[in-house]
Amino acid sequence: MPDQLIQQLMDGLLIGLMYSLIAIGLTLIWGVMNIVNFAHGEFLMLGMFTSFWLFTLYGIDPVFSIPICFFCMFLFGALIYRFIVSKVMKGPMLAQLVVTFGLSIFISNLAVYFWTPDFRLLPATMLQGTLHVGGIDLGIPKVAASIGSIIASGCMFLFLKRTKTGKAILATEMDREAALLMGINTERINSLSFGIGAALVGVAGAFLSIFYYVYPQVGGLFGTIAFCVVALGGFGSIEGAFIAGILVGLAQTLGGFFFDPAYKYAIVFMIYLITIWIRPQGLLGW
Amino acid sequence: MRNFTVRQIIPAAVVLALLIIFPLLVHQSFAVHVMILVFMFGMLGVAWNIMGGYAGMFSFGQAAFFGIGAYTSSYLSIAYGINPWIGLIAGGCIAALVAAAIGYPCSNLRGHYFAIASIAFAEIVRIVFNNWQLVGAAEGLSLPIKNESFANFLFNSSKLPYYYIMLAFLLISLVVCYLVATSKMGYYFRAIKESHKIAEVLGVNVVLFRLFAIMISAFLSAVVGTFYAQYILYIDPGSVMLLAISIQIVLISMLGGAGSIMGPVIGAAILIPASEYTRVALGTRGTGVDMLIYGFLITLISMYYPEGMWRLFSRLGKKST
Repeated sequence: MPDQLIQQLMDGLLIGLMYSLIAIGLTLIWGVMNIVNFAHGEFLMLGMFTSFWLFTLYGIDPVFSIPICFFCMFLFGALIYRFIVSKVMKGPMLAQLVVTFGLSIFISNLAVYFWTPDFRLLPATMLQGTLHVGGIDLGIPKVAASIGSIIASGCMFLFLKRTKTGKAILATEMDREAALLMGINTERINSLSFGIGAALVGVAGAFLSIFYYVYPQVGGLFGTIAFCVVALGGFGSIEGAFIAGILVGLAQTLGGFFFDPAYKYAIVFMIYLITIWIRPQGLLGW
Repeated sequence: MRNFTVRQIIPAAVVLALLIIFPLLVHQSFAVHVMILVFMFGMLGVAWNIMGGYAGMFSFGQAAFFGIGAYTSSYLSIAYGINPWIGLIAGGCIAALVAAAIGYPCSNLRGHYFAIASIAFAEIVRIVFNNWQLVGAAEGLSLPIKNESFANFLFNSSKLPYYYIMLAFLLISLVVCYLVATSKMGYYFRAIKESHKIAEVLGVNVVLFRLFAIMISAFLSAVVGTFYAQYILYIDPGSVMLLAISIQIVLISMLGGAGSIMGPVIGAAILIPASEYTRVALGTRGTGVDMLIYGFLITLISMYYPEGMWRLFSRLGKKST
């Protein structure tokens, strides 16, 4: 029983770290532009497929395709912002909510069109096998992905706090007009943030592709969970998203362990609703 | 209450007359089916509009209320033999109660937070019904075939009764929406939409009136749910509680114009036939081309017509006068 519980805790932590990385990209976009990117799950799917095809067609291991995923998705995100999202920024809020819904339906069905709705799994990659620590088993791909997620989140955090561009992003997030008056090109910051948000979720996709099924509709579930993680952590808060991601991962596995695995996502959403009731601004929001 | 002008009454009367004779002239079963869907989604859009367009709560979880309505009447009919017309009222009341129970804790949430909370709520409802053995879990419920009659809300030989019943429901929902929009409550809703704080300062009980908006909306959506169950005679969580349905309801309202009485109906009249006919023309299952076009259209509409078609029509109307 204790072994099983520790196993569940570890599984929750590992999947939670994946949620964290996915949600950090989303919260950055949300915080800077006050736009909910409903196509975020589809960005994740594109990252997974990029990694999948690089391995299948060119034999590039997912570990090495991470930088490629990063740059491809950065470019993709920046273009999406430049040509689509920027057009609705001044429009009514409902249009802002809906435009990315349209994009998500479009992207996932484009993937269905080109790659069929089949489930695919990467064959043997560099990261293989299982770690046995005490009485618990940890899949090496999952452990590697979680470590990667911590590194990527850490880099993101340092980038935002230590570099001039990062500080400009944070300034825009706090007060757009003040940032504009300080000589920050907020329009450029917008496309940069959208690009970075997409790039981060692209990296998450590359990690996820090592141990999860790759299919066009994969974004739906991960996207919905990412919204809850972001809102739970607090709007625009990177630290909040990181912590909330782990909490959601733990809630999911422990909920499945103590109640019924069929209800694990319902428990996640329930915890989210309760938190938002007590603290509408989220755990670390302001 | 303001009076209608002749210029408003005549076109409305003409459209209504055309809708009444439509199924008598067009004998294609599919066309009638598409029109029934237009009325259904039109009414779901009107229901969304009361809380979204007027009170500013953008719900992306309307499928939960739709599904609760469908399940309540179907379960009552299967388990206890209760007449679907009574089930219709019961479903509406249960949906309104559930809406109040979820709406109360969400009364502080605005904008994006409300939208995401509504998705989370609808997902919880879907997962619960997907695992609830009493209501058939993932297999859903099949309604028993009885004698066809208006009292049984069941017609096997023709779609026409369904067509007229749904048209009547839609008209009733439009009247409800009109009464709400032109009453004091409607002004309170709009004040709340503009700003919670200002509304509160003006003496509007924000929490209470937000609850009213959600409950009216849930009741109307549940009524459509019961209609759907009686029309299709089979329901499961995968067909009545999907996020895709909730999104379609929002899109219809936005396309037509949120915050105008006729907006959602116009949205449904454009979007539903467009998506149904592209699906038939292109949708050899699994290629995704129909959904591809659908997604593309949504993106274009929100980029170039974010105010909705209603605004476009009324602008054209003003120019011509």
